[in-house]
Formats: sequence, C-alpha cells, structure tokens
Amino acid sequence: MAYTEDQLAVMEAIIARYPRKRSAIMPLLHYSQSITGYINNEGIEIISELLELENAEVTAVSTFYTQYKNQPVGEYHVGVCTNTLCAVMGGDAIFAGLKEHLGVENDGVTADGKVSLEHIECNAACDYAPVVMANWEFYDNQTVQSAKDLVDSMRSGNPKPPTRGPNKLVTWKEASAVLAGVNDGLANEGVQAGEPTLLGLKLSKEGK
Amino acid sequence: MLSAHWDEKDSFTIQAYKRHGGYTASAKALAMDPDAVIQLVKDSGLRGRGGAGFPTGMKWGFIPQGDNKDHYLVVNADESEPGTCKDTPLLMANPHVLIEGCIIAAHAIRAKHAFIYIRGEVTHVVRRMNQAIEDAYAAGYLGNGVELVLHVGAGAYICGEETALLDSLEGFRGQPRLRPPFPAIAGLYARPTVVNNVESIASVPAIVANGAEWYQSMGTEKSKGTTLYSLSGHVVNPGQFEAPLGITLREILELSGGMRKGHKLKFWTPGGSSTPLFTDEHLDVPLDYEGVAGAGSMLGTKALQIFDETTCVVRAVLRWTEFYKHESCGKCTPCREGTWWLVQILRDLEDGKGSEADLAKLLDLCDNIMGRSFCALGDGATSPITSSIKYFRDEYIAHVTNGACPFDPIASTLFEGVDA
Repeated sequence: MAYTEDQLAVMEAIIARYPRKRSAIMPLLHYSQSITGYINNEGIEIISELLELENAEVTAVSTFYTQYKNQPVGEYHVGVCTNTLCAVMGGDAIFAGLKEHLGVENDGVTADGKVSLEHIECNAACDYAPVVMANWEFYDNQTVQSAKDLVDSMRSGNPKPPTRGPNKLVTWKEASAVLAGVNDGLANEGVQAGEPTLLGLKLSKEGK
Repeated sequence: MLSAHWDEKDSFTIQAYKRHGGYTASAKALAMDPDAVIQLVKDSGLRGRGGAGFPTGMKWGFIPQGDNKDHYLVVNADESEPGTCKDTPLLMANPHVLIEGCIIAAHAIRAKHAFIYIRGEVTHVVRRMNQAIEDAYAAGYLGNGVELVLHVGAGAYICGEETALLDSLEGFRGQPRLRPPFPAIAGLYARPTVVNNVESIASVPAIVANGAEWYQSMGTEKSKGTTLYSLSGHVVNPGQFEAPLGITLREILELSGGMRKGHKLKFWTPGGSSTPLFTDEHLDVPLDYEGVAGAGSMLGTKALQIFDETTCVVRAVLRWTEFYKHESCGKCTPCREGTWWLVQILRDLEDGKGSEADLAKLLDLCDNIMGRSFCALGDGATSPITSSIKYFRDEYIAHVTNGACPFDPIASTLFEGVDA
C-alpha cells in the first residue's frame, strides 16, 4: 500500500515543526504506525527518503524504542504494568489472568486480531495501581476480573472507555496518529483528574 | 499552588487557566529584562524537581549570553522513574501552566525554540498538551517570539536522562552523552540548552506573579517552595499531595489516612526506585533535599512508594532490577552487563536457589556499577539492592534457608481476600 498524497503532506508538516529535519524521525515513525499498524519496510524507506537518511539509520532508531512494533499488534493493544508497585498490588495476577483468558503469551495477539498483550513498565500512574493501559490510555485501579471484562468488551467490538481519557477508546492506529501530533478533536473529553490526583487538594480545602 | 484548580472540571482549558489569572505572569515577565527574570528565579530558591535538585535560576544563568547562537529550552516530561506520577496528572489537569512557564523561561534564556519531550505512553496527555499548544498559538501567546513543539517519545526510560533525551530529540537512539560539555554549553544541536523538569517550569509562573519572597516563605532553609509528593502503594488513600518541602512521611500518612487497615509500614522509596530504600525508622526524616540525603537516600522525584509487611523485599528489588536491565541503553559495559548479572543472581535468590555468598557477589557487582557507569541509570540500579541488603539481610537469608520465598504474593495485592 503506497502512502497517499494527503499522508505525505502530513509527514511534510511534521518535518516542518523542527529546526533540523532528522528530529522528525520519532513522530514520523508514530505516524507510519498509524497507517500500517507497525513499522514495515515501506515505512522505513519513506521516512529515510523524506529525511535523507539511510534505511539502516531509521531502522536503528525504530528498533531502539519499544513502542515501535516490528509486527502487527491488536486493534487494542493492552499493557499491564508489572513494575514493582503495580506488580505487588495485583499487576502480576492481572497479567497472568489475561494471558490465560486470552490464550496468548507476552507480545501475543488474539487470532481475531482484536487484542494484543504486553507487560509494561511504570506508566506514571502509581496512585491508581494496579494500572492497565490500552492503546496507551489509562484504565486505573484494575482487578483480574475488571481486566478480563475489559478485553472481552474489546473482542465484542464495544470497548469500555478509559477511566482517564476520551469517552470512547480509539484504535491502535488512531492512537498512533495522536502520538504523531494529529489532533483528533478529543482533548476536551474525559475527566480533568481522577480522585487520587485531587486528594491533597481536597485535604487542604478541608483545612488539613 | 500547582494543584490549586485541578478540581474544576474544565481545568485543562485555556478559559479556565485565564479565569485564574493565567498568562498574566508571562506578560509581566516579557516586559522585564531577561537577566532580571533569571535573578528572580534565583532569588526564589526554586530547585529542580526532576530529582537532582539543582537550582533552576543558576542553571538558566549558565547559558552564555550575546553569543549569537540559537538557544533552546527543553522540558523533560519523560516521566518514567518507577513510582513517579506527578507530571502526568499535572499535564492532564493543567497543560497551560507548563506553556506559560516555557514562555517565561525561553524569554529568560533568550531562546526562540522550546520543546517538551513527553513520554509516548500517555495518549490522552499528548492530546491535551497539543490542544493546549494549539490554543496558546491561536491566542497569540505562542508564535510571537517563541515556538513550542511537543515531542513524543516512544518507550525508553533512558530518555529521561537529559543528554539521552537530547540525542533522542535530535533523531537518534536515546543514549547518554559524555559530560562535559554540559547542555548549557553544547546541548540540542550542540547549542546552549536548558533542560528542566515539568514541575520546575510549571512552578515559574506563580513565582513571577507572586515574587521571590512569597516563594521563599515556604519550605525549609535550603529547599524552598511547595512540591508534589506522590503517595502510592499500601495506603488507604494514594494520591498527589502538594506541600511545602520538608514535610515528613509520618505527617503525610496522618493527613491522608495512613496505611491500609491492619497492616504496618515495612519499606518505602522517598523518590522513586533509584533512591535507596527507607524503612519505618525514617518516618520523621524531613522530605527536602538535605534531609533525605542526610539519612542516606535522595529526595529524587518525591515518589513515595509504600510497602507493608506482606511484601517480599527480594521480589520487589528483583522486579526493579529487571526494569533497569530492560531499560539499560547498552552504551556502557558496567550497566549493560552488570544489570544482567544482578537479575540472574536476584532471580535465584527469590526462587530460593541462592546462597549467602550471593549477597557478597551482589554487593561487589553494585560496587563495580556505582560510579563506573556512563550515566545515573547504572547508579540508580544499585540503590534498591544495596539498601535492601542493608536493612533486610535476614530476609534474603530466609529465602536461602527456606529454599523458597516465604511470602504469599496474593496477600500483598489490593484484592486480597476478595474474589477477584
């Protein structure tokens, strides 16, 4: 599948944000994932051409960062935090439960292509532990059962919304476009903060 | 100060920010001489909130002036240190305060370009931040003297290290650079660059609006102002607590409801997993830069991860060590090879297959990583190991004599006793 004129125009606009064009390599890789779902040879070649780099230079960057995938992931990519705090609070049990429930191992994708599973590192939401991410949106305070319900909702085509995110979970490709800097118009949806974020403020207003 | 209006539903919009006086501090700063802005921030006593605690105004003052070179401001929003969760909710609730801080800081250091390097695993925060930047351009706050670009990372903890971050922003693999030269002399594109944490820059508008003396009036002698403490783990109420520097964990626990019912504190991190562990002996250590350092750890990112007596410290440390091994960029041998071996030994110990001699081996390995790695990632990897052996040697030995981990992992989950 060749990239369309419109897509190439978006890529040129991304490059124009930077004083030096090589700096655009990361958003271009995110954008490439929004088109093909993962980084394939065509994506590498187009980015190389646009940035006047060798394919090997772009590949070197894409393989360094874990968010760039070298094979397709699910429409909904689920990450379970198993860094120490989330793991101890239940992340290990959630990850084990999802592996069994979905019948996949780490980095596996369900046969219907709907859900992929990965154990992830600390995602900066420790006050909402245990944390599950889907397409890098927050699902806070999960249990084994709530995580199973979440992936079931994805497989039935009607995913539960994030706890701190838009009203509807976007797909992996749509999320990748957001990471590339494309405005999907959903910034104003969802809460401004969850309860833990506001706890200190609440205490200070109570005069503590 | 930072969290004042987070409880308003539309707190992240430009309208809400302006309703509370937003973008008046930048107008005031832009009317000032850049050097006067630097002096004001120096006088406030603001210190870097990313972990090291370097005085922010002094960092700005290192940028050579009148050198006819481009200068850059880079905000480190690559929040990834285990336990650290303050910048992410800040940006979700109030992205404009960071933008206004950027406008002021860029003016002070005479930079025309500013970048926010944000971690890639937070889609909604990226959305909010980009929308806020768009709105600030439309309102004319950006684009008239300073350009601001949000740069989204892609899952590499090492990019929180400032020189690796700069390499990443230039379009390379994120690996740290040798210092000197420091970024203030040769940073982004080898030009003078200030790299500051989100919370540091977000603290600047209030300092400009209210003055250095006001800021100085909060905190302790050498650690001024308020800061965000992030409480997580086995507590009744985890969350963000903004308080003057120098508060103690005992005070925070008393205010917030304490440990989860029927359990007691076993160990905790004062500022993320790279800061040596504390125990219940350290409940009254003042949580400012000097206080925590004086007790043998570091204030770091003020990520207070709290673990109760159900938690196996060997399992906790093994998991952090696996993280450092995974995130080691591979550039230097002590960290790349050392973290790999640390994981092998700790895994054996946790599985009850280790020996007492393994503890000496762990400490020897740590000794060969600490101070001998290219950057602080290697140093940080040794912190949980050396501190846990210091305080919990008996528990390591119990794994050896028991031939297995003596803890039940289910007892430490939040859904313990519940049919999850």
